[in-house]
Amino acid sequence: MTSAPEHSVIPEPAAPAANPFPAWFQAEQAAALADYEATPAPTRRDESWRFASLKALDLSAFVPAPPVASEGRLITASTGLGGDAAARLVFGNDTLLHRDAPALPPGVLVKPLAEAARENEALVREFFMAQPVELGSHKYAQLHRARLGGAGVLVHVPKNVEVALPIELFHWVEGENSSVFPHTLIVLGENAKVTVVDHFRSADGARAFACGINDFHLARGAQLTYVAVQDWSRDTLAFHLNSTVVGRDAQATALLMNFGGGHVRGESLSRLVEPGARSVMLSLNPLDGTRHLDQRTLQDHVATDTFSDLLYRNSLDDRSQVIFAGLIRPGVGAARTDGYQKMENLMLSEDAVAHAMPGLEILTDDVRCTHGATSGGVSADELFYMQARGIPENQGRRLIVAGFFRSLLDRIENDSLREKLGALVASRLEVIR
Amino acid sequence: MSLSIQNLTASIGDQPILKGLNLEIPKGEVHAIMGKNGSGKSTLAKVMAGHPDYTVTGGDVLLDGESLFTLEEPDQRARAGLFLAFQYPMEIPGVTIANFIRAAVQARLPEGEELEATDYYANLYAKMDALKIARTFTSRSVNEGFSGGEKKRCEILQMAMLEPKYCVLDETDSGLDIDALKIVSEGVNAMRSPDRGFLVITHYQRLLDYIVPDKVHVMVDGRIVMTGDKDLALELEAKGYDWVTEDQLATA
Ligand SMILES: Nc1ncnc2c1ncn2[C@@H]1O[C@H](COP(=O)(O)OP(=O)(O)OP(=O)(O)O)[C@@H](O)[C@H]1O
Ligand SMILES: [Mg+2]
Repeated sequence: MTSAPEHSVIPEPAAPAANPFPAWFQAEQAAALADYEATPAPTRRDESWRFASLKALDLSAFVPAPPVASEGRLITASTGLGGDAAARLVFGNDTLLHRDAPALPPGVLVKPLAEAARENEALVREFFMAQPVELGSHKYAQLHRARLGGAGVLVHVPKNVEVALPIELFHWVEGENSSVFPHTLIVLGENAKVTVVDHFRSADGARAFACGINDFHLARGAQLTYVAVQDWSRDTLAFHLNSTVVGRDAQATALLMNFGGGHVRGESLSRLVEPGARSVMLSLNPLDGTRHLDQRTLQDHVATDTFSDLLYRNSLDDRSQVIFAGLIRPGVGAARTDGYQKMENLMLSEDAVAHAMPGLEILTDDVRCTHGATSGGVSADELFYMQARGIPENQGRRLIVAGFFRSLLDRIENDSLREKLGALVASRLEVIR
Repeated sequence: MSLSIQNLTASIGDQPILKGLNLEIPKGEVHAIMGKNGSGKSTLAKVMAGHPDYTVTGGDVLLDGESLFTLEEPDQRARAGLFLAFQYPMEIPGVTIANFIRAAVQARLPEGEELEATDYYANLYAKMDALKIARTFTSRSVNEGFSGGEKKRCEILQMAMLEPKYCVLDETDSGLDIDALKIVSEGVNAMRSPDRGFLVITHYQRLLDYIVPDKVHVMVDGRIVMTGDKDLALELEAKGYDWVTEDQLATA
């Protein structure tokens, strides 16, 4: 097989009247569907799909997600990081199940996109999927747009407003072959500050399809911390396509944690469009079984004096696989670019496979960029040191793997968030051999 | 009751390092080993602890009468009561001192029993205070970015927390400033007891002014060639190891 199946279109939900979006938006969706169908499926020859397993992209079995059966259980289970939240929205099969906003400052919007498309049309028109999808999945982004239903969210924090507690969003999928299209659009005004956490979860172990997009826009001086906790079932095919546009002296920090999913394709684009813009791109991925993670990134330095720092870490057990292809691109005129890119694999099994393609394309002088990839096993000396203290080998290995990920969390500046994430990682890694 | 090393031979690859080593450390005593660089002191320590790089080709080590070598895994030997303070402690990124020691203490509890966190921290802080280790170290990664002296102090902290039966200290004094040497020695002395034996590997007689040994052994080329009391260390300091070799050859 040399290309993905051509047009496995997921049908529209049975009742088209159920589309919650206004007419102007629905018209765009129709155009997106046509574009999806007109766009050829990826092939082996596409650089952005090198090493990818195209077979896995067969969408033919997937169906629109029915209404969830276990609404109450899903709402109760949506506990997130375990602290208070400024706002909490829970979606099950692309339907809003629950919302509360106990600590949202005035003026901050956290609402379903369909609502926003009616009430805040200008915002949605300006920012919704405004960035080109350059890293290979344009076709699937169009499918996302076409089939976007109730699980889109707009977070808008106006100028000079800081949201102290995190905003937590939950996206559940339930039922055999259900497909969901979560979307998180975050628009920050000047000097706005917020932390947003997306939780992607399966209500059961069923096979599912998730095609999600996150788009972030940061005006001058804004600060965004975004965390995705991906916990889809091990039989889920997922796309997570992200673009981040960072303005003058603004900083975006994004941490993508892939704990679940069977076959996951991630694309992350950071565009640093004004001087002083900073983007920190982190990903933490403990893989085992036959899980497959394919991540493509672009650090696009458009303006002068911008900074980006990417650190992706994977542990690979059993027959898991990762692909990483990253590019730092200091564009023409992007003088004094600081761009860093590093991916590190901790190999826990001889049968696991890692492909790393770090890259750099410099179109201007006067830049400081480094990129690289490393791969190695658990250090025998570290393991011996642990065992010499009485810690059994398996547990020592687990501690070392957990440590490998926890030290990445040091890049998260917010102490309370970092601690919660540390606890989450520690509890998750108990299950790794 | 003793740690009894009997005619031990061990190799790395096909190169023999320990060549018939005999040594007995009764409970309650402190023995020191001195010897040239490369004579096999660290090898002895690591062989006993179960380092996978070394092959034991003969002899035995009995911990209170039970062969260490029937315990395959290093962690089993540690839980049986053997502790090794490393000459070069490993750095473990992302694993905090508190969690590391906690895992080690937890591993000594019976299956299903959970360590009581408040007791654990009370104990840890008390021992850190005694060794003048700042409490901020609990949340630092094991040995990462520690100074040489801080690493050694942390080894002693681990020893104090794990309360082993026999402690092997491999050059714990190297890298310590004079104050730290006193603090660490006090820590070791506080642990001396009729129920515990120590094997202290060192190059410097000065350590033995603080931790006064019952016996001093000299190791040459994988064997103990001379044994004496604490004054032997002074004599070595004055005359050097060549004297031992000649002396030993003369009496052989
Ligand atoms: N992994 C190894 N590979 C090869 N040779 C080794 C290895 N480990 C130890 N050796 C050799 O074994 C011999 C004994 O080393 P060991 O570290 O036990 O000496 P030592 O007495 O502790 O020395 P020092 O006083 O310098 O710490 C040395 O010649 C050393 O090079
Ligand atoms: Mg040595």
